[in-house]
Amino acid sequence: MKLLRLAPENTKFPFMRFRRVSYPFSALLSLIAVALFIFKGMNFGIDFAGGTVIELRAKNGSAEVGVLRGLGEGLKLGDIEVQGFGNPADATLRFGLQPGGDVAQQAAVERVREKVGNDYDLRRVEVVGPRVSNELVQSGTLGVVLSIIAVLSYLWFRFEWQFAVGAVIATMHDLLLTVGFFSITQLEFNTTSIAAILTIVGYSLNETVVVLDRIRENMRKYKKLGTAQMIDMSINAVLPRTIMTATTVMLALIALVAFGGQVIRSFSLAMIWGIFVATYSSIFICSPMLIYLGLRNEEGDKAAASQDLASKDPQTRDGQAARDPDQKEPPTASASAKKKPAQSRKPRQA
Amino acid sequence: MLRFSTWKFIAIVCMTLAAILVVAPSMMAPAHYEALKQRLPAWLTPPTIVLGLDLQGGSHVMLEVDKADILTTQVKNLREDVRRILREEKVAITGGIGATPRGVQLRVADSADRERILPKLRLLRNGFSARTGGGGDSPLDVEETPDGLIRLTVTDAGLVEKTRRAVDQSIEVIRRRVDALGTREPSIQREGDDRIIVQVPGLQDPEQLKTILGQTAKLEFRLVAEAGQNPADSEELEQQDGTGKLPIEKQVMVQGEDLTDAQPGFDQQRGGEPVVNFRFNIRGAQRFGEVTSKNVDRLFAIVLDNKVISAPRILTPITGGSGQISGRFTVEEANNLSILLRAGALPAKLNIVEERTVGPGLGQDSIDAGKRAAYVGAGLVVVYMLITYGVFGVFANLALFVHIAFIFAGLVLLGSTLTLPGIAGIVLTIGMAVDSNVLIYERIREENHAGRTILASLDAGFKRAFATIVDSNVTMFVAAAILYFLGTGPVRGFAVSLALGILTTIITAYTMTQMMIAIWYHYARPTRLPI
Repeated sequence: MKLLRLAPENTKFPFMRFRRVSYPFSALLSLIAVALFIFKGMNFGIDFAGGTVIELRAKNGSAEVGVLRGLGEGLKLGDIEVQGFGNPADATLRFGLQPGGDVAQQAAVERVREKVGNDYDLRRVEVVGPRVSNELVQSGTLGVVLSIIAVLSYLWFRFEWQFAVGAVIATMHDLLLTVGFFSITQLEFNTTSIAAILTIVGYSLNETVVVLDRIRENMRKYKKLGTAQMIDMSINAVLPRTIMTATTVMLALIALVAFGGQVIRSFSLAMIWGIFVATYSSIFICSPMLIYLGLRNEEGDKAAASQDLASKDPQTRDGQAARDPDQKEPPTASASAKKKPAQSRKPRQA
Repeated sequence: MLRFSTWKFIAIVCMTLAAILVVAPSMMAPAHYEALKQRLPAWLTPPTIVLGLDLQGGSHVMLEVDKADILTTQVKNLREDVRRILREEKVAITGGIGATPRGVQLRVADSADRERILPKLRLLRNGFSARTGGGGDSPLDVEETPDGLIRLTVTDAGLVEKTRRAVDQSIEVIRRRVDALGTREPSIQREGDDRIIVQVPGLQDPEQLKTILGQTAKLEFRLVAEAGQNPADSEELEQQDGTGKLPIEKQVMVQGEDLTDAQPGFDQQRGGEPVVNFRFNIRGAQRFGEVTSKNVDRLFAIVLDNKVISAPRILTPITGGSGQISGRFTVEEANNLSILLRAGALPAKLNIVEERTVGPGLGQDSIDAGKRAAYVGAGLVVVYMLITYGVFGVFANLALFVHIAFIFAGLVLLGSTLTLPGIAGIVLTIGMAVDSNVLIYERIREENHAGRTILASLDAGFKRAFATIVDSNVTMFVAAAILYFLGTGPVRGFAVSLALGILTTIITAYTMTQMMIAIWYHYARPTRLPI
């Protein structure tokens, strides 16, 4: 049987080269995300903004969105948002906090029920008062911050500190872009969205750890290889797995978007975006960060530098790392490293 | 690699069978499950998966004790206690008892008088706290200024203490009220210092729940004031039917707590109007008899939560200890009122601060949607694994099947609820569960390409991938754990599914796959790697 391969075999993409493109690109996207968050804002659901959501189904015929919109005026509910979806008999009403504390929220629901109760079934009623919504904001924020701290400590414990910092920067990047995604799509942001964000954080770290794990392994194995080269090699090695896993998760999420129903659609859409961003950041943000943070494959860098001096062909992959300004070696170092190029051409050990 | 120990094999097979056995009852049609339950002894009743309120329909209501209401009651009681002490000690004060934001103040000019009543006032603390004389902050501050002003203030500690006690008492009352609705398995829990979460699954009429939760149900029998009485002794109270106000005496003759029973009924003399019949305990009956004997021909008001339900004229003394409340009720109102009276009054006002109600129809729709998404998602992943990894894909899919069985078994055994986000979590872990397989398989390929023998590649693949699997899953698990501790309701369900999925993936995707490949290698003796 001929098996399907999505990822080409034995790729040799020079990923580290892209960091001069990917960093400004990501920085720009992050800035746009922050700007969107500040100027456009999020479509906060009632969990965080407080207020009421009522899902209606017309007892006969279809829901009259126009009539329902008029309720805001007629019942003095303030701004009312009416949305139809899927089944034409269905509609959701959403209106904000009513002045007058918790009691006023219940009174407003009661007014709506009296008005439309004869023509519609109230399939779902959710009321979140002002104080509860504030608490949900606090616990949501706390959750995201705590998870980042917890994972930072775990990675610090398991890897070198550069890995932990790189992973956290990549995760923050994913988080910002996800927030930007919520802002630009105006998908409702609620407690389920916090679940989506934390899952994206988890997935992003999962991706990052897989790459970092291989970098760590190769760092010990190929001591003679330049840092950038060694990282490139590691990413290429795990690339088939990265593509494979992203695809299976995407397949599951597409099923959720298509069939999971209204309530979890925004969760699933956010997750799809998150998987995409997390895969990108583990390769293009976290790994190059190791170089900026000064992770050194000491011997390898020296070897690569000296080999570059000796090399006749500047196009070889080995030369690439040495041309990097970050990899510059003091001229004195090349003398001592000159004995090693023969070994470094054959980095694989038995 | 090839030496896969027999006991490990047996353990995995047993675990799988056990998981399937645990999950089976939840997958049965309800009728079959009932039939099975009949045949098994009670202690062997198989547990089924608990569906969240968003899936089976029902109401989640969070109530908060109204602290302002508690403070008002406290200050009112404090004022009465102070007045009693002054009367008992025959102490004169200048300017009456004044009000402060959280207590009362009084000016006692004479220093000897002051010395006499201060210890008595300080003793009032005991009435405030369950922990008399114990440590902790004093529930009541008694201050004295040099110019003879005494100030009594309810402290934060005192208010918290009272609130906690009000919550305890309210839970009891609410339990009695909700039980009277006859629903299955309501859950009533304290949340923090001042909140109660009531969760009632499968309600047909969620409005009724709110009606009976939202009322304090303080019932009082008070006389209607007559012309010529001191206006300071009475107050104007609203009538239930909206026909204006009535002057009602402040003195409460008989209280609702003296009721022993209340039942809805019909008054045959008034054309079958719905009424509530009640019966007093001995003290109540005695008091009721006395009052009605002394006040024949006067109007006797039945007051519920400071609203006059009705004010019938006392025609003859009522000494039998039972009576009837009529107030142009509907059948439903009479029914609700009798539930409230039987359960007793709440110690303080409760406000609804959060409500989430899902009708049974929407719940079923969500279950269907979740199922469809899960089938399609699993189907896509299974096919994809198959066409990518061939026979190894079959192993991964078998492991995936057991993985899902383990998650459901975990949910059943933990008694944790399955919510719609929980289903999303399971679908997501289906995608992620195969990640471990992918990690291992890709590693095996790589080792094989590097020139190792098949056996050595398999061995190295499993060994090397393990550290990565652990590291990557720990981070995901941390995220799930934090979600669990900070999330509520449905989101918690998601966290549980996700965490269970991560734990079981280690067993299924790693150990089970290893076992299957070992057996396969043993029998197939492959000459080249099939991936």
